[in-house]
Amino acid sequence: MGEKTYLPTPSQTVGPFFAYGLTPLQYGYDFKNTVGQNAAVYPERGAVEISGRILDGEGAAVADAMVELWRFDGERRILARSGTGDNPFCRFSFKAPKPGAESGQAPFFTVIVFMRGQLIHSFTRLYFDDESELNNKDKVLNLVPPERRHTLIAKKSPSGMGYIFDIVMQGEDETVFFDL
Amino acid sequence: MAFDQAIRDKSAHPPRLCPDYKSTVLRAPSKPLLILAESLRNLSGPVFDDIEFGVLDNDLTKNAVKNGAPLGERIVVHGRVMDEQGHPIPNTLVEIWQANAAGRYVHKADQHAAPLDPNFLGAGRCRTDAAGHYRFYTIKPGAYPWGNHHNAWRPQHIHFSLFGADITSRLVTQMYFPGDPLLSYDPIFKGVPEQARRLLISSFDSGLTEPNFALGYRFNIVLQGPRSTPLE
Repeated sequence: MGEKTYLPTPSQTVGPFFAYGLTPLQYGYDFKNTVGQNAAVYPERGAVEISGRILDGEGAAVADAMVELWRFDGERRILARSGTGDNPFCRFSFKAPKPGAESGQAPFFTVIVFMRGQLIHSFTRLYFDDESELNNKDKVLNLVPPERRHTLIAKKSPSGMGYIFDIVMQGEDETVFFDL
Repeated sequence: MAFDQAIRDKSAHPPRLCPDYKSTVLRAPSKPLLILAESLRNLSGPVFDDIEFGVLDNDLTKNAVKNGAPLGERIVVHGRVMDEQGHPIPNTLVEIWQANAAGRYVHKADQHAAPLDPNFLGAGRCRTDAAGHYRFYTIKPGAYPWGNHHNAWRPQHIHFSLFGADITSRLVTQMYFPGDPLLSYDPIFKGVPEQARRLLISSFDSGLTEPNFALGYRFNIVLQGPRSTPLE
C-alpha cells in the first residue's frame, strides 16, 4: 500500500436507534430501504434463508443489533442487512443466494455485526454445514482451531428450508471473529 | 495463523472492550481476532449503482414533513469522503440518522420524555459525487440522557454509516459539534484514542453557511483501506 497520510475517521457505536435509518422497511418505518433483508435473488441458484441470534456474554439474545451479509463470489455481489429488533426471539433473518465455491473455497458469507456496546463492528464468516467436503479442505476454516470451527458453520434448519447461525460474542463457544 | 496483532488502525479506532462504556463489557469479543493472509480475505465490497434515491433523501428538513417544517436549528452538513492517501471516494453510499432538536429519536424503543416532532424522521442518505463530496440538510440534534452512569448525557451527534471501496473500509461513526461541553464526559467519544478524537468533531464553516437559511458544518471522513498483514 502507498504512503499513509491521513488517520482514518474513528469508529463509533451504531447505538440502539439505527432502525429507522438503516433497516426502515423491516421495522415498519415510512422510509425506503437502501439495503434490505433480501439480497438480489438469482433464480439459477435460488435463495436460501438464513436466520440467527446474537448472544451476549451472559447468553442473552441481543435485541438491538444489526447484521450485514457481504460476498463477492466472482460472479455476484451480495449485500443484505437485517436487524434483530423486530422479532420476539431477537432473530436476524436474510434471504440470499448461496455463494458459489470460488476457486475451491467453501461457500461462505462475510458477516458484519454492529450493535450498541460495540464501538467498532465485528467481522465473522458464515459457512454451510451441508458443504462438509469443501469445508474440510477450506484454507480459512483450517486456520481455525478445530474446537472453534463449528462457530463458523451455519446449521441446516430442522425444516430443511434454511440455515441457522447464532453468533456468540463471548465465552467458551465464542464465535471466531476476524480482523480485516 | 495470527491470533494476535490487530491490523485495524489502533491509533484511530477505539478498543473493543471499553469498561467506561458499560455495554461493551458483555458485547465485546473476548478472544483475539483471527487475521487472514491477504490472499484469503475476500474483501470485495458492494456497489450502489442500483439504489434509487428519492429527491429529498439528503434533506431531513423536508423528507418527513406532514404539516409544516420541523422545529430546531437548520444546518447544512457537508464533507468529503476520502481514503487514507486523501483520494476522493466517489459514488459511495452515506447514510445518517439522528435525534430531533429535542433529543428524541423516532425509534420505537426510545423512551426519553422529550417530544417527537411530527415533521422530522431524522434519517437520510446520499451518494458521494465524483469528488467524494456529500451534503445533508438537517436540524441540529439535541443532547439526551442515557443510562450508562448517573446523569449521563450524550453530546449532540449525527450517526453516519459508510461503505467505501471494500469491506475493510466499512465505517459506522458519529459526528459531533465543536465546543460541546458534554464531549469531555462521554465514554463513547472518549473510547477513541485521544489523538484521533478531533477527527469526530465537525467544524463550523461560515463559507458553507447559507445566508438567512442554515449554519454550515464541515465533516470530512477518511475511510481505512486494507492493511498488509504481518504474514506477507
